[in-house]
Amino acid sequence: MANPGGGTVYNGNLHKNQKQSNGSGSGDCTGNGIVKETQQNGKTHIYEKRIVESFEEAPLHVMVFTYMGYGIGTLFGYLRDFMRNWGIEKCNAAIEREEQKDFVPLYQDFENFYKRNLYMRIRDNWNRPICSAPGPWFDVVERVSDDYNWTFRFTGRIIKDVINMGSYNYLGLAAKYDESMRTVKDVLKAYGLGVASTMREMGTLDKHQELEDLVAKFLNVEAAMVFGMGFATNSMNIPALVGKGCLILSDELNHTSLVLGARLSGATIRIFKHNNAQSLEKLLRDAVIYGQPRTRRAWKKILILVEGIYSMEGSIVHLPQIIALKKKYKAYLYMDEAHSVGALGATGRGVTEFFGIDPGEVDVLMGTFTKSFGASGGYLAGRKDLVDYLRVHSHSAVYGTSMSPPIAEQIIRSMKLLMGLDGTTQGLQRVRQLAKNTRYFRQRLQKMGFIIYGNESSPVIPVLLYMPSKVAAFARHMLEKKIGVVVVGFPATPLAEARARFCISAAHTREMLDTVLEAIDEMGDLLHLKYSRHMQSARPELYDETSFELED
Amino acid sequence: MATAAEQWVLVEMVQALYEAPAYHLILEGILILWIIRLLFSKTYKLQERSDLTVKEKEELIEEWQPEPLVPPIPKDHPALNYNIVSGPPSHNIVVNGKECINFASFNFLGLLDNPRVKAAALASLKKYGVGTCGPRGFYGTFDVHLDLEDRLAKFMKTEEAIIYSYGFATIASAIPAYSKRGDIVFVDKAACFAIQKGLQASRSDIKLFKHNDMADLERLLKEQEIEDQKNPRKARVTRRFIVVEGLYMNTGTICPLPELVKLKYKYKARIFLEESLSFGVLGEHGRGVTEHYGISIDDIDLISANMENSLASIGGFCCGRSFVIDHQRLSGQGYCFSASLPPLLAAAAIEALNIMEENPGIFAVLKEKCKQIHKALQGISGLKVVGESFSPAFHLQLEDSTGSREQDVKLLQEIVDQCMNRNIALTQARYLEKEEKCLPPPSIRVVITVEQTEEELERAASAIKEVTRAVLL
Repeated sequence: MANPGGGTVYNGNLHKNQKQSNGSGSGDCTGNGIVKETQQNGKTHIYEKRIVESFEEAPLHVMVFTYMGYGIGTLFGYLRDFMRNWGIEKCNAAIEREEQKDFVPLYQDFENFYKRNLYMRIRDNWNRPICSAPGPWFDVVERVSDDYNWTFRFTGRIIKDVINMGSYNYLGLAAKYDESMRTVKDVLKAYGLGVASTMREMGTLDKHQELEDLVAKFLNVEAAMVFGMGFATNSMNIPALVGKGCLILSDELNHTSLVLGARLSGATIRIFKHNNAQSLEKLLRDAVIYGQPRTRRAWKKILILVEGIYSMEGSIVHLPQIIALKKKYKAYLYMDEAHSVGALGATGRGVTEFFGIDPGEVDVLMGTFTKSFGASGGYLAGRKDLVDYLRVHSHSAVYGTSMSPPIAEQIIRSMKLLMGLDGTTQGLQRVRQLAKNTRYFRQRLQKMGFIIYGNESSPVIPVLLYMPSKVAAFARHMLEKKIGVVVVGFPATPLAEARARFCISAAHTREMLDTVLEAIDEMGDLLHLKYSRHMQSARPELYDETSFELED
Repeated sequence: MATAAEQWVLVEMVQALYEAPAYHLILEGILILWIIRLLFSKTYKLQERSDLTVKEKEELIEEWQPEPLVPPIPKDHPALNYNIVSGPPSHNIVVNGKECINFASFNFLGLLDNPRVKAAALASLKKYGVGTCGPRGFYGTFDVHLDLEDRLAKFMKTEEAIIYSYGFATIASAIPAYSKRGDIVFVDKAACFAIQKGLQASRSDIKLFKHNDMADLERLLKEQEIEDQKNPRKARVTRRFIVVEGLYMNTGTICPLPELVKLKYKYKARIFLEESLSFGVLGEHGRGVTEHYGISIDDIDLISANMENSLASIGGFCCGRSFVIDHQRLSGQGYCFSASLPPLLAAAAIEALNIMEENPGIFAVLKEKCKQIHKALQGISGLKVVGESFSPAFHLQLEDSTGSREQDVKLLQEIVDQCMNRNIALTQARYLEKEEKCLPPPSIRVVITVEQTEEELERAASAIKEVTRAVLL
């Protein structure tokens, strides 16, 4: 296994806690994460495309201030908890019923410390209700708090036409009703909303079959199965595939649903470093050589769980290397394409197309319809025997209500559009527009000097803010400028790596993106967010748009 | 004095050394060397035990053959031969090309193809489109969601409700939000699969009590009380929960809620109640099992139900006091990390609630129909009716099992198939046999809805009767 070596690594230390274990990424990385990973795996070099991915490290003083911020917040929290306990400050939190005061407390005190004292200060930036379709613009319901975010009151006003940089509407297919959705309306009228049964009992409708066939065709695999909820697709199907005596190797940044599914399966779980083929190979080798702990029996099977695009990092799975490893060690690969299906690849087929890999190389293709397709639910696809097995053993096929028919129709419509079955090239244009928008937005942000994470082709763009107070300030100011952004902090990210996350859509026009970029630029100056030390070294020739277009 | 004595000893020792015989000195020298050797040598050789050579490792990797990802499923596996419904799964249903009356879908109130519900969903579609493209936290909260939560809380007369985008995920997420490792959950043996998965995810200690057997539950609670007295420090932080269903999905029976509430206060355990079958069914206004028994809803810590049965939409909800429910907004995994419910489904649920509130008589009608068919199905030789007479979903089990589950399932399937030929759509209750904690016996699950006319109920009952006679004799 060739070490990708010295300065050219994808800046291996994604998180501070990994610094020591990955020697090549220490300190300042002059390469700015530009990598040429041609031969990660010594033997196979099936893929020679450059993966441009960056995870620049924050300057030291930023980290110091960030932790200080949390420290001060925590101290104040203790002070205020003390005052609340002594009745000096009024406690706004809901309290236990009188009758049950002598029960064992439902929550341990420290469990809610973070929520009560830190989250509460800035929680106005989440759960903001909207009252329109989550298209490129949306309308936000204005709300204010009279008691420092403990409760909210709606003013009755609506903030109209806020630019939506938060929804996973990659292809712009979530929009309010127009003529193109006529079939959805028809299906709704004919079928109603619910199904009131499971797939195995009385809940497999002709619509579902139509959708499953289409999904299989779209993904170019033998068969597919659809489920009513994306989260449950992972959590209720992984246990059907692996169990006791099996090993799951899971990326450390995998989504909760994958983690839950893995946990429910009863298999042994080992975590490899994010997108790190070396870490994965080490685990694979050890697993095959040493077998199960204690008994030393050989593992029954090994399943690798990865995601296509990681939703908090914007990184794209290093699929070619992982496939090479999986083949070498005879493991199986389960890939969650929740964010990448529809959004990556020349025709929106996802990560496999992006890398030019046959989808049959991935054993289990999973994805959701919530994002690019503007609907809800999820699918599993692959070989026919896999899908047959799932029909018999999947938890959600037997116990979960099947998908609502109009939702299924929305997916069918979106998928047909992408496949060009509607007789237009609209779908293709959307995919292209998304890629264009993504590149433009990333390139401009980088030039401005922000630290952004992830792959250059990923429409998920995290901009690092680090400090919790800046998180709040950023989101609030942006909303004042009529731009809706998503900010995320602990526990969804590591404590010190709070960030704003932009999701690019094909429906964003250049003007909208420029407006947003201008606002971010202003905020960057106001809040001193331009942490990147590679401003000058951002190589213009690499980020020239034309050179990228040649690459596809 | 002391120093003088010490010096004397030293001198004496040196003198003794001179006087000692040579062989003695040699022996001592050898002993000293041996001790040094013992101290510095390893007791066993690590090198020989492990450390495979690179070649051996490569061989091991070469040799290892994993099991196939999935074992092959025979083409004629009964589970691959599932029902295909053409068109809407409403009262009149086309199953595998046959037009039938639906006795299988949990569409209790017949709201699935209600024009008002459809109109409300259509209006929502026009305004919001289909998907929400985000979880609740990240601009995936629509005003419709807040309305629905508000309406559900009001309907159930509780402080707060929280909606999930999938029925199964509701209780399966709610349980692990509260019950953690080390906590103790007392749960009925007949609890449905969603509860089982929720418990598994919580990693709590699970104590199963016999189905609806309060004496057994009390025995376990008492045992725990004794345990607690032994270790009061641990007991102070060990939360205790009782998880039960209103109407049990797997048995069609009702839980003895008044006794449970008594036990709750006696042993200080919180009650979580799963009401997917009883919400919108039991009670004068369809509020479920609490209303049925006339128990204050505040006595139940958490009520969860799906919106896929009575409300004929998709999703689920939890309701109770804000102190309890609000916690899920950050800790309910299926809530935080999943895309929110499509607004048209929420709008449909709101309209369904409106209809329920406007026609409270509907619940009495449903109850009457249940009783009617329950009565009509009594006394079929070979089949017994399992479940309450007022439960809209109940089971028909074989009176005498053939001894093999497979055979039983085949017999029941034969009955179902023949009923289908007589235009009565039924289904067996399906389980994952290896996954269930306590696998219920095979059964046909009959579902009653308000749309079924008296005549249709009569027809269904007689069809089941005749077919059973033909199949079992």
